[in-house]
Amino acid sequence: MLFEPDHYNEEGEFVVNMGPQHPSTHGVLRLKVWLDGETIKKVEPHLGYIHRSIEKMTESLSYRQFIYVTSRMDYLSAHINNQVCALVVEKALQVEVPARAQAIRVILAELTRISSHLLWFASIGLDLGGVTPFFYAFREREAINSLMDENCGARLTQNFMVPGGIMKDVLPNFQQRVKEVLKQFKDNYHEYDEILTGNVIFQNRLKGVGILTKEDAIAFGCTGPTARASGLNCDIRKLYPYDGYEKLQFDEITSTGGDCWARYEVRMAEMKQSVKIIEQLIDNIPEGEIVGNTKKVIKLPKGEFYQRVETARGELGVYIVSDGGTTPYRCKYRSPNFANLSAIPHIARGHKIGDLISIMATIDLIIPDIDR
Amino acid sequence: MHTWLKNAIPNATGLLITEMVITGVILLVFLILLAFFLGYMERKVAAFMEIRLGPNRVGPKGTLQIVADTLKLLFKEGFTPDAADKFLFNLAPGIIITTALLAIAPVAFARDFQIWDINIGVLYISSVSSMAVIGILMAGWSSSNKYSLIGAMRSGAQIVSYELSIGLSLISIVILSGSLSLNDIVESQANGWWILKGHIPVVIAFVIFIIASTAEINRAPFDLVEADQELTGGFNTEYAGMKFAMFLMAEYINLFVVSAVAATIFLGGWMPFHLGNLTGFNHIMDFIPSSIWFFGKTFFIIFIIMQFRWTFPRLRIDQLLNLEWKYLLPISMVNVLLATLMAIMGWHF
Repeated sequence: MLFEPDHYNEEGEFVVNMGPQHPSTHGVLRLKVWLDGETIKKVEPHLGYIHRSIEKMTESLSYRQFIYVTSRMDYLSAHINNQVCALVVEKALQVEVPARAQAIRVILAELTRISSHLLWFASIGLDLGGVTPFFYAFREREAINSLMDENCGARLTQNFMVPGGIMKDVLPNFQQRVKEVLKQFKDNYHEYDEILTGNVIFQNRLKGVGILTKEDAIAFGCTGPTARASGLNCDIRKLYPYDGYEKLQFDEITSTGGDCWARYEVRMAEMKQSVKIIEQLIDNIPEGEIVGNTKKVIKLPKGEFYQRVETARGELGVYIVSDGGTTPYRCKYRSPNFANLSAIPHIARGHKIGDLISIMATIDLIIPDIDR
Repeated sequence: MHTWLKNAIPNATGLLITEMVITGVILLVFLILLAFFLGYMERKVAAFMEIRLGPNRVGPKGTLQIVADTLKLLFKEGFTPDAADKFLFNLAPGIIITTALLAIAPVAFARDFQIWDINIGVLYISSVSSMAVIGILMAGWSSSNKYSLIGAMRSGAQIVSYELSIGLSLISIVILSGSLSLNDIVESQANGWWILKGHIPVVIAFVIFIIASTAEINRAPFDLVEADQELTGGFNTEYAGMKFAMFLMAEYINLFVVSAVAATIFLGGWMPFHLGNLTGFNHIMDFIPSSIWFFGKTFFIIFIIMQFRWTFPRLRIDQLLNLEWKYLLPISMVNVLLATLMAIMGWHF
């Protein structure tokens, strides 16, 4: 098997298939890697192992139903995926979303972001060979998941959005529970720094590895923390505010390094910004309606609609073409992971096998979002 | 026991063989139990560091969990891949476990309790333990799996490099104590363990020995040979069932061996802790059996090495080799010079 031409060509390159079943690809991504000893000469991603044709399915689902399929795209940002679909319908119908619904949406979206970044923190430790950070991060993530479970009825795929607002009002103890979760997070945050950030081995594994320049980030269409670590201002919450983000005080975290370490730092700092956003809102959730004025059967006017949000991994766009009926004529998602993945072959070249793992870990891919 | 056997078996060769068999069986049983215990200890230490409980279902406090796991591995199919070199593939686990068992022979478990009192004990241990790399290379090469091959190549580079530092750090103690025999080295610490005598070269040698031996036995943060996130299991990717269990057991026996050697050479082996002229205190210390002293020290070092695994991320292959060739090796060379100087000038005590 080792000497089949496909695996070992004339130049003596060693071709290894990382995936579709591999511990560090976080799903069914297959990377075909050409090796020269330990050094990577070329990487070729192969997609499609978890393609479920979500975009085509959407064409036969009503505007109330198609929201919930998107929970299965980027399952760690399920709430934010639902939000973009709700927003695009609201934008097309020009429905006003009640202030209470907006505030709860943003709180839950930021909790989702924290929980997603916590899982990323857990898995970066795991990918680089340290198992302990995983359990530290999951302790806090568990608290967030329980909170989601109480209020949305699900831990991971929340399905809490409806066009025009949210499905149900939150529980009376929502504010107190969110504060508890935030307090636990803030009390334990220093442990993350102690176990990973300050570790010399960990820093050496990330610093100067997989440098993505600002120009490349733009060229590959990278967004989210991956692009912000290269110095690109691309936070949709700042550039195209939605659901009342324009009224909130928070910083867009950018770094200029562009290497894995910069991406690590950006994500770690973003968690703190999310906490800041929630703290501004949690005591000032307005009273009132939770759903705007929408009809039972939603029909979008004829035309094309686009809406984007900032998920935990970057810009998620939804593009809907409507022919005036009850289902979309065509639907297309612009997923952040697909664009971010395209940067990997470029930045991994010339590095070691271990570096490919750090690069994949810091770019933080969610494979179902790539294939959809 | 020797005299009792001598009366029972008059033939000298027969006596020797009987004694060897008895010792071998006792040693094997002891080491299997030890590997079980270390497996259990590792899980508990990991759980302790990771804010969870660890095994707590099978047996009292989960002590029998590892027995259940071994039974599971026993009943699994001893699978050999089609493309593998079958002879080498099946031989490799045997070689690894044999080298692990051989290295334990000259270690003194307690006062006058030693399997083989050889006068070049230190040399013997360092040469036997370096043979483990052959088994790993064999396993990786014969599996006919690319990940295994990369893992085996890594182990070749890694173990051969770190062997040097281990040797040099052991040599500095050999120079100071003036003997290669483990018994003499323990005796030389009768009035104070080497690590506590305050010699700077000894402290440096101890630190280097701990780092290098962690790399030598392929434990995290130097477990590049396995590197499950990169190589899906490294050199033992294709192994299953009892053959895999043998790798696992060899890992724990190796862990015990390096800790026992570190305890013997730097922490005084079975020698009790004595404080200067406090005769009363020293007498109390002498009452603690010497085997408890030995195992206490050994498990202390095992505990430290286990904590490494659950704290540090893994190094990259070039960083690993840089650490050895740019830092550890030059430092240990200077260290040996220092120790030699001390020995020649008679500064040590």
